[in-house]
Amino acid sequence: MSTLLACDSLSMRFGGLVALDQLSLAVNEGEILGLIGPNGSGKTTFFNVITGIYQANEGRVDYLGHDLARMSAQEIYRAGVTRTFQRSRLCLPLSIFDNLMIGNHRRLDHNLWFNLFRRAAFQAQFEEQYAKARELVRTFSASLAERLFEAAGSVNMIDRRRIEICRALISQPTLLLLDEPSAGMTQEETRELMDDILIVREHMPGLAIIIIEHEMNVIERITERCIVLNYGQKICEGPYARVAADPQVQEAYLGTE
Amino acid sequence: MKRLFDPATAVPALVSMAGGTLFAVLFLHAETQSAVMGLTLGAVIALFLLARFGWNARATASFAGHGRVAQGSVLAGVLIVTAVFHDQHFPLLMLATVLLYIVVCLGLNLQLGYAGVVNFAGAAFFGIGCYTAAVLTNHTSLPHLAVVFVGGLMAAGIGSLLILPVLRTYGHYAALITIAFGILFRVFLEVNDALGGPQGMKLPGMQILGWKLNDSLQFGGTEISFYANYVLLALAMAAIAFTLVRRLERSWIGLNLDAVRLDETACAAFGIDVARWKITAFTLGNFLAGLAGSVYAMMTGFVAPNSFTFGDSLILVSIVILGGIGNPWGLSVAAAIVLMLPEKLQFIQEYRLLLYAGLVILILLFKPGGLMPRQVRNYLPGWKP
Repeated sequence: MSTLLACDSLSMRFGGLVALDQLSLAVNEGEILGLIGPNGSGKTTFFNVITGIYQANEGRVDYLGHDLARMSAQEIYRAGVTRTFQRSRLCLPLSIFDNLMIGNHRRLDHNLWFNLFRRAAFQAQFEEQYAKARELVRTFSASLAERLFEAAGSVNMIDRRRIEICRALISQPTLLLLDEPSAGMTQEETRELMDDILIVREHMPGLAIIIIEHEMNVIERITERCIVLNYGQKICEGPYARVAADPQVQEAYLGTE
Repeated sequence: MKRLFDPATAVPALVSMAGGTLFAVLFLHAETQSAVMGLTLGAVIALFLLARFGWNARATASFAGHGRVAQGSVLAGVLIVTAVFHDQHFPLLMLATVLLYIVVCLGLNLQLGYAGVVNFAGAAFFGIGCYTAAVLTNHTSLPHLAVVFVGGLMAAGIGSLLILPVLRTYGHYAALITIAFGILFRVFLEVNDALGGPQGMKLPGMQILGWKLNDSLQFGGTEISFYANYVLLALAMAAIAFTLVRRLERSWIGLNLDAVRLDETACAAFGIDVARWKITAFTLGNFLAGLAGSVYAMMTGFVAPNSFTFGDSLILVSIVILGGIGNPWGLSVAAAIVLMLPEKLQFIQEYRLLLYAGLVILILLFKPGGLMPRQVRNYLPGWKP
């Protein structure tokens, strides 16, 4: 297995607060990596740094020959890294299909002339993308796939989460970042969602996933490896069973006696 | 694939348009204040009752399903009104003005309604078109069609000077910048003697390829007001602008503009270039305003700084809000209401800004989507999955 993404002494400071402290970690091609740690340990900051929303103060992020720490969010997306957000960031007044097409940006033609005057070609592209979007959504929910032209705001929370994950998947990324996909959902719904993600993954060989999660049974079930962060540093790494038994990790979560 | 035309479902749209045309004729024909007042109240009550019996929903569905029928019947309606008032200056001038304002508001709708770029200097960009036409027709022999085009380019060009500060600021601050620009523009005109100062400038009538728009026509013994020429020109411009804005909305670009308005962080995460689409919307919108302005100036034959105040910019914004932000049909109806009502109801002339403010507040309170709220994007009308 070769390395897809490698961070080398990545640091992110907000004033005096050190959110990421000389963090080095690697993600392999096609693996599901769990990123865990107490609140404020820098997990989401890590996502924001490697997706270009924040600019790291130090360090580099090697990804397929690019240094993500020096790229804009748009360039990073075009290089095949997509994400979901901790708090839903769907455009609720727009249709479900519109939201998916926002995620599909790099596969669409944005030329002014094409969009205004080559309507037959536009229709062909539209129909092709519609078929693709429908097929992807069907993996998650057959009933949702029939409602693609309804406003995203008109569906319930679990469907919104599904749309958000589909939006991140539809452009066929190489690396998918899931920021707490189980937030606000029941265990049963979470299980269903995770199973769907695993089904989609079978059609996308090579897709690596980093998942931030507080729900430890999710982590246990779907990740192959975990990295534990605390105060922006990596304190432990390995399969879930080993990480969970680590005294340092228990201390980080529960404190010392 | 050819769509089949189903006459039965087109009936509500056709009946609504016929009713609208009849109302427009009666309204423009009404002479006394009580008649105008009666017609206005009658229309409000009728619309309210029709809504109660579900007719409005049927008409909306019918319009949505028959885009061509809707557009064709609106064009026919405008032509019928023009034919009825063929020998009167005032109704035709008003009609042409409404059509040109629709072009400006379509531009504003691109900025405000889609990309979310606030522009409280709409009247200034309209004014740039007017003054460009005044200067070019007085000092050069450029063909008037080219003058109109340059008017649009000037508005877009001067707008691009403003785009940097607008891109660097958000919300209220961007709004303040455009307000400042609008006021600056008017002060500049007032103190600039080369542009006529507060007195403004006179312009010759428009002429396109030998067609003199200010000459009245003789048609089988009846005289036709020269404003009919301008109505035809403005109608063509409005139809083209409407079609283009509609197509833009129903494309990936329309989607990008909406995304930029709704969530810039999500945009960045999915590669949507926020600056690029804000600039596109701002420039295209100002281009439309300049285009309409230069025709308007040649139609009225006179431009002065007083026509481009902050109040006029607010009227443009209120038309877009009133009609239903993001809905080209809505703003067209709202433009007709907002411009015609005060002209016909003399006693509210003085209070018209008050009236607009009141209307906007009422709409925002009780019908935030506007008179005709925008529907979810339909990329290909008539297309079924």
